[in-house]
Amino acid sequence: MADVIKTATRDAYGKALVELGAINDKVVVLDADLAAATKTGMFKKAYPDRFIDSGIAESNMMGVAAGLATAGYTVFASTFAMFAAGRAYEQVRNSIGYPHLNVKIGATHAGISVGEDGASHQCCEDIALMRVIPGMVVINPADDIEARAAVLAAAAYEGPVYMRFGRLAGPRVFDESYQFEIGKAVVLRPGADVTICATGLMVKDALEAQEILAAEGISAEIINVATIKPLDNETILRSAAKTGAVVTAEEHSIIGGLGSAVAEAVCEGGKPVPVVRLGVNDTFGKSGPAVELLHIFGLDAQNIVAKAKQAIALK
Amino acid sequence: MTALDAVIKKQLKIKACKARIGIVESVYHAKSGHPGGSLSCVDILTYLYFCHMNVDPQNPKMEDRDRFVLSKGHAAPALYAVLALKGFFPAEELVTLRKSDSMLQGHPSIKYTPGVDMSTGSLGQGISAACGMALGAKLGGKSYRVYTILGDGEIQEGQVWEAAMYASAKGLDNLVAVVDYNGLQIDGTCAEVNSPYPIAEKFKAFGWNVIEICAHSFDEIDAAFRAAAEFKGKPSVIIAESVKGKGVSYMENQVGWHGKAPNAEEYALARQELDAQLAALEA
Repeated sequence: MADVIKTATRDAYGKALVELGAINDKVVVLDADLAAATKTGMFKKAYPDRFIDSGIAESNMMGVAAGLATAGYTVFASTFAMFAAGRAYEQVRNSIGYPHLNVKIGATHAGISVGEDGASHQCCEDIALMRVIPGMVVINPADDIEARAAVLAAAAYEGPVYMRFGRLAGPRVFDESYQFEIGKAVVLRPGADVTICATGLMVKDALEAQEILAAEGISAEIINVATIKPLDNETILRSAAKTGAVVTAEEHSIIGGLGSAVAEAVCEGGKPVPVVRLGVNDTFGKSGPAVELLHIFGLDAQNIVAKAKQAIALK
Repeated sequence: MTALDAVIKKQLKIKACKARIGIVESVYHAKSGHPGGSLSCVDILTYLYFCHMNVDPQNPKMEDRDRFVLSKGHAAPALYAVLALKGFFPAEELVTLRKSDSMLQGHPSIKYTPGVDMSTGSLGQGISAACGMALGAKLGGKSYRVYTILGDGEIQEGQVWEAAMYASAKGLDNLVAVVDYNGLQIDGTCAEVNSPYPIAEKFKAFGWNVIEICAHSFDEIDAAFRAAAEFKGKPSVIIAESVKGKGVSYMENQVGWHGKAPNAEEYALARQELDAQLAALEA
């Protein structure tokens, strides 16, 4: 893994907003006093007239975003995942989701990898919360290439979108030729014995797990599930039917996120197979360096390997 | 300032009385709903739609129309009655309120009802959306204005004050908020439940232009909205002292009529009173 480029998806978000600003004068970006951290500061610098700081008032920001959307703007509202999906949940549900307005929520600092700030800021519930809102698209990109593509796709899509970005810089999974499509899962490595569905920063771990498993003679199919809603049932069910066992990996609670979505799809798909979920195991995070925390909470390749063997044993 | 023309004032009174009939009729047929707070704010709604706002019932999504957000969404029967009178949809729809095949949801929804500019009902949220609309006008160099009505109980919601701080900080002088100051909420008087008073001082402290009026005087309503339109640099709030249940004698100032429908006998009595008021106005 020589000369690996590492970029946080939040950086790609900021850059993509600037890119969008140049081609779409209806794009307006809102933030809640976190522009430097969410990287919307890049847009603020490029297009100060179309950047509005809401101050530390996320509930109002979501309502303002809704009002702007009714007036014909494509609005990106940004803050940390904890406050976007958590604090302002009901505003997102009632003021954005219910009227199905063209608001894109750019939620950064999702998951355990927030690191030192600790559990109060480590939102591991956002996918679950956003996924139950009717009509809400939920995207969790795996790297900077996919994050950029997701932002552009979200802008082109009419309706509410929740995008989940991380603080931690991670390696690239895709190259520049990658074509992102909302609602499309991507088979990154074909395999025969077990399907590993991963999302966000766990995708790189899934790829690493694939190599470890291969060395042990186990063939794993790796699927990148960036869009958790709408879920690409077709790709996932086809793979599950082929391998007969599924593992999910996400930097999110094992309750309500990718694991739940995949389990629901597989159970209802007509050919149920074992589904084993890896995620934050119904617990709060804590302070510490991000990479260390990911290992402490079991979010790494070794644990994906263990879950894969568990899933195969359940066949 | 010129006083409201006598002919226009009489027409407004007639429209408002017809809207009151629409409110009790729709809530009676729905067998649920919120007549008290609908009757308290319906004069202001009537004024806005018939005398003040630039809207077109034939083109409800007209790009540069003035916007209205019913932040106290439970007063939907008042909004629907006025929208129907204005011609956004047939008056016959009013009796379908809250029914499963109706275009009239229990609380306003932009997805169901022509003329509704924002889905509301969860208190405290409408004023934020109104701020967004007003900001949108500023960003786009548009001259349209935005109006919202809040309940005096509603302003107990923290989000209202996030929005109040924001509207003033961003200089949204194209926004006018109305506080329907009827003094009552579900659990009792606002003063007993969790006093929001004094209201005027709070908005002044948040940097708003504050105007205090009687919610049932068209002269005062007209003067207030004209003054708000001329005020530059800050948003305006009209604190409109009202009578909950106004126009139906047994509902007036009664907490119990916040959120219940009249039975057949009560409905007949309400209609008798309102029909008599209308006949007197039209005489």
